[in-house]
Amino acid sequence: MMKLLSQRLLGPVTLVLLALTFWLGLWVTPPDKVQGNLARLLYVHPAVAWVALYLSFGTATIASALYLWKRSRSVVMDRVAHCAMEVSLVFIILTLITGSIWGRPAWGVWWAWDARLTSTAILGVFAVGYLALRRANDDFELQARRSAVVAILAAINVPIIHFSVQWWKTLHQGASVFTPGGNFKVHGIMLTTLFISLAAFTLLFFWLLRERYRVEVLREERQRVSLDEALAQRRREGVH
Amino acid sequence: MIRTAWLVAVKDLRIEQRSRVLLWQVLPFGVMALVLSGLALGPTHAGHSSAGPGLFYLVMLLVALLMINRSQVIEGSPGTRASVATLGLDPAGVFLGKALALAVELWLTGLVLLGGAVLVLHTALAGTLSALPSVVVTLGALAAAGTLYGALTGGGQGPVTLLPVLSLPAFAPLLIAGERSFSAALHGGALWRWWLISLVALVAYLGIGILLYGVLEES
Repeated sequence: MMKLLSQRLLGPVTLVLLALTFWLGLWVTPPDKVQGNLARLLYVHPAVAWVALYLSFGTATIASALYLWKRSRSVVMDRVAHCAMEVSLVFIILTLITGSIWGRPAWGVWWAWDARLTSTAILGVFAVGYLALRRANDDFELQARRSAVVAILAAINVPIIHFSVQWWKTLHQGASVFTPGGNFKVHGIMLTTLFISLAAFTLLFFWLLRERYRVEVLREERQRVSLDEALAQRRREGVH
Repeated sequence: MIRTAWLVAVKDLRIEQRSRVLLWQVLPFGVMALVLSGLALGPTHAGHSSAGPGLFYLVMLLVALLMINRSQVIEGSPGTRASVATLGLDPAGVFLGKALALAVELWLTGLVLLGGAVLVLHTALAGTLSALPSVVVTLGALAAAGTLYGALTGGGQGPVTLLPVLSLPAFAPLLIAGERSFSAALHGGALWRWWLISLVALVAYLGIGILLYGVLEES
């Protein structure tokens, strides 16, 4: 029952929360005192980055580690890692695009050689490499094992991205939501909108992951059926 | 593990010594790439540029890609993997051995290219010599990471074009650390901090390789 409800409700709830985020972010919340309307990107960029770097990349890394661990090795873990990595790549690209849209008026350039930007772009190339590796070999076991190792190696980059604003003097601002003491920097309706956007994009990740997983299962099934059909055809040719 | 590492390293270096691929193919490519980098900067800038350390490491990365692929092609020759599996060699030792052989080859190439940088890009000799320890560690880290990524892409069995896509993002921090420490040695600055980053990367990649190389070679 719960499974059915989550399957039926996940999509609509995600869409409602996304619509709410855009309505609150574009019409209800006030412009920022310093940055004006540019600050409205706060309702999209951090949430997209959260999904790209932590949620989806983290899911891919954990699933990869579980695949490599012999006790928990299963095709499900491999599929989850693969699908999460695809979603991650989409969100990394969105993070870079929304960051650039903010960077142009704020810094005067679309791209700056900033530690956080560069390390995020590098993570994107890692994700591309991971997906390229998955297509490079027909041996399922080998492909799954190698991709799992790449995901774990690439994950080293995530803490580098996270702490880059503290380790280096960067153009990218530090934490936008919390002060170093752990208090909120943003208040009122702006904070509420920010939390709604985080929830909306988190649900969007789970929705996309679930749908991508379903497509992957169907693709594997189709591949298997095609192979069976091809074998049967060869046998028929052999009989005649 | 150490004995296996030594055996594999000696085997790889002996193959290199006999085939002379490093001497007749990789080194000329490296020197040519360095000269082309100078030409790309232009005659007025090539000798007075602060880009020398960066260009040196960029060329070393290109050379490393060739050598990593070469190192894995050796393992891909018919019967080699089966022989290693039959002999029951410790995968961690195989990884260390291959990384050591690759490091030795990179150090030799690095020495020649450092000389080239002094000659073509006019990097100061004293500064270049004081950058040597950091170059040794950075190239060692490059060898350890390269051996791991070489095995990931399947060496001679996998597509050659996959290695740069997978390994270059991992090499980027090494390029930055190496370039910064070389620049610090030439112009002054926090040499040790960047040197330490290369050292941490070296230890990390050796550790990961020892742990995971067996998983990659598992059949």
